[in-house]
Amino acid sequence: MYLPERPSPKGKRVSLFVTCIVDMVYPAVGMSVVDILEHLGVEIDFPENQTCCGQPGYNSGYRNDAREVALHFLRVFADADVIVVPSGSCAAMIRHEYLTLFADDPVWLPHAQRAASITWEFTEFIVQGLGITDLKLRLPQPQTFAIHDACHGLRILGLGEEARTLLANVENAALEDLKDADACCGFGGLFSVKMADVSGAMLQKKIDCINHCPAATIITGDTSCMTQMNGGLSRQKSVKRVRHIADVLAEGLKK
Amino acid sequence: MKVDANNFVSVAQIAVNDPDLQEAVSLGTYNGYSKRLVAMFSNGHEHGEAMRQQAAAMRRRAIQKLPDLLELAEKNMTANGIKVLWAETAEDVRNMVLDIAKKRNAKLVAKSKSMISEEVALNHAFEENGIEVVETDLGEYIIQLNKETPSHIVMPVMHRTKREIRDLFMRELNMPFTDDAAEMTAFIRKHLRQVFVNADIGISGGNFIIAESGSLCLVTNEGNGRMVTAMPKVHIGIVGIEKVIETIEDYATLTQILPRSATGQQMTVYMQMINGPRREDEPDGPDEVYVILVDNGRSKVYATKYAEALTCIRCGACLNACPVYQVTGGHAYGWVYSGPIGAVITPALTGLENATPLPQASSLCGKCKQVCPVDIDIPRMLLDLRHELVEKGMTDKIFDVGLKAWSIGNRSPKLFIMGGAVARFGTRFLPNRLPGPLGGWTKYRDFPQFAPKPFRELWKERKKGKPS
Repeated sequence: MYLPERPSPKGKRVSLFVTCIVDMVYPAVGMSVVDILEHLGVEIDFPENQTCCGQPGYNSGYRNDAREVALHFLRVFADADVIVVPSGSCAAMIRHEYLTLFADDPVWLPHAQRAASITWEFTEFIVQGLGITDLKLRLPQPQTFAIHDACHGLRILGLGEEARTLLANVENAALEDLKDADACCGFGGLFSVKMADVSGAMLQKKIDCINHCPAATIITGDTSCMTQMNGGLSRQKSVKRVRHIADVLAEGLKK
Repeated sequence: MKVDANNFVSVAQIAVNDPDLQEAVSLGTYNGYSKRLVAMFSNGHEHGEAMRQQAAAMRRRAIQKLPDLLELAEKNMTANGIKVLWAETAEDVRNMVLDIAKKRNAKLVAKSKSMISEEVALNHAFEENGIEVVETDLGEYIIQLNKETPSHIVMPVMHRTKREIRDLFMRELNMPFTDDAAEMTAFIRKHLRQVFVNADIGISGGNFIIAESGSLCLVTNEGNGRMVTAMPKVHIGIVGIEKVIETIEDYATLTQILPRSATGQQMTVYMQMINGPRREDEPDGPDEVYVILVDNGRSKVYATKYAEALTCIRCGACLNACPVYQVTGGHAYGWVYSGPIGAVITPALTGLENATPLPQASSLCGKCKQVCPVDIDIPRMLLDLRHELVEKGMTDKIFDVGLKAWSIGNRSPKLFIMGGAVARFGTRFLPNRLPGPLGGWTKYRDFPQFAPKPFRELWKERKKGKPS
């Protein structure tokens, strides 16, 4: 597949795409992203007409419906210099699947290619984009964490080291290993309701690993996977929870 | 074999609740997955990755040149004394094999493992014609004894625990009690010896056909493949047309990556390159060797965007790595080929209408592509198949309506904000268990509460609170 060259995002204004699920369900994650980016002196813009990237429709095969939503995204972010997304999955949608969605569209393909070239997942933007590995953060108390590698960030964008590097440099944060950290949690969008029993069995394997993990908190980069895992942990009255990496990092900002 | 893939959801539900199956499949897939990792990357990650890309390039080149390579393979196999037959359909294969069997007045047929013979339902045809057929691969032998179908393309009986197999042998063959797998294997081995001696015909599949040398290549572990192809007077190899490769150099790479991916072995135990029947100066071997080249839908796939699936070398690595297969096993997929590659091949070869749940039986986690020795982009093809399901109206109406509403709601910021407000209010009063499609969610998980204020409001407040 043709992948556009990616210009450096250093010193540019960031247009934040918080994702539909962060906007409506986990706004605190979005605020944490803002806190961290401001801490780094990044100028932030929030295009208020933003909605969703189109992934739910695209992954279910409804390409025409997904295309309409993606078109809306391209219009809303037409003036962006850099787009930062606190989700590997939504970033992968924009970076890779938009190129498929608009492959036969000479009007919108250049816009899709441009959006793909300037879109960064949150930890990727900090480590690869800005070249920062130490955010100079300190958690109020010592805490142990383990990372669940969300599938699309890991296997479509090639991420994983970024989150580990950032956390390793946070004072009072200790990293443990989560068994089968790269195994899917079973979410998969509508898969989780269409194939509920299969998705539930996959989730159970993940929950068993989380419950046996020495870390108190599991960290991931996607709120959708977080919803699946926390939904199961809460249902089973586990004391463990999964948090978004931005939330944990932002906790280190507090004086 | 009959296609029964449209029952995926209900068969999978039974599978995830079957403790014996769960024990067997999680052990089997774990072993396959972890041994593969060691074998592929024992010389470093870069080396393993390079081998993958090399193998992928070879298989893609072979598929690009498929028509020419098939003609070349036929010419060179014929020159080697192999009788080449072309079968367009499953029925053609059965008729060809039965013709040979009748001509040779065959009473007993010995088979080594061949997925394509399952695909064309060959055993059934033999039985209908009063010819005894015995599977000689241990896994396939167990499947035949238990009157089942294989659930994995490399380890056909992965879905059974050792206990279940022991009980089967005791029940059907009066095997003395043992818990030792080696003893069980030795018992069957003795049992099978006489089959090799008495068989009139040996039938094998084929892992590759090398076009430039006209060789039928077999990669096996138990030695039964060698017996089946050497002891009976007639050997018939049944091979899909997509198994042709160009050169012996290609084979050198592919025969390294196949056992590494399939069973985590650096090298297979038995590697055969069959170049025709017994020569005059040779003491043993078959008088006749046939190779039946099978289309059975493959040439139709060749012209579609699923042609990439034809590069598959049937190693089963994607099955072992797949988190869905790990909890469902193979039978839910309803045909010969299961797991992620089966979810593409079954609809592509037998028709999407016969396998509508399969493209959806994936969380799109991408592990299948990651482990594939020839880098097949299975998630891409699953997405294309899902799109086809929608285009052909083969989806549930409730999702058609739901996704249309989603699309309209997400094209307009006003509707998006309104939808959020409704959900925010609604999720406060949700019961623990929901009806309809969302009931699938609440069967295993609590529903997330929508936040009191969306991000866009928090953002506005923050901007106001700050001097500009």
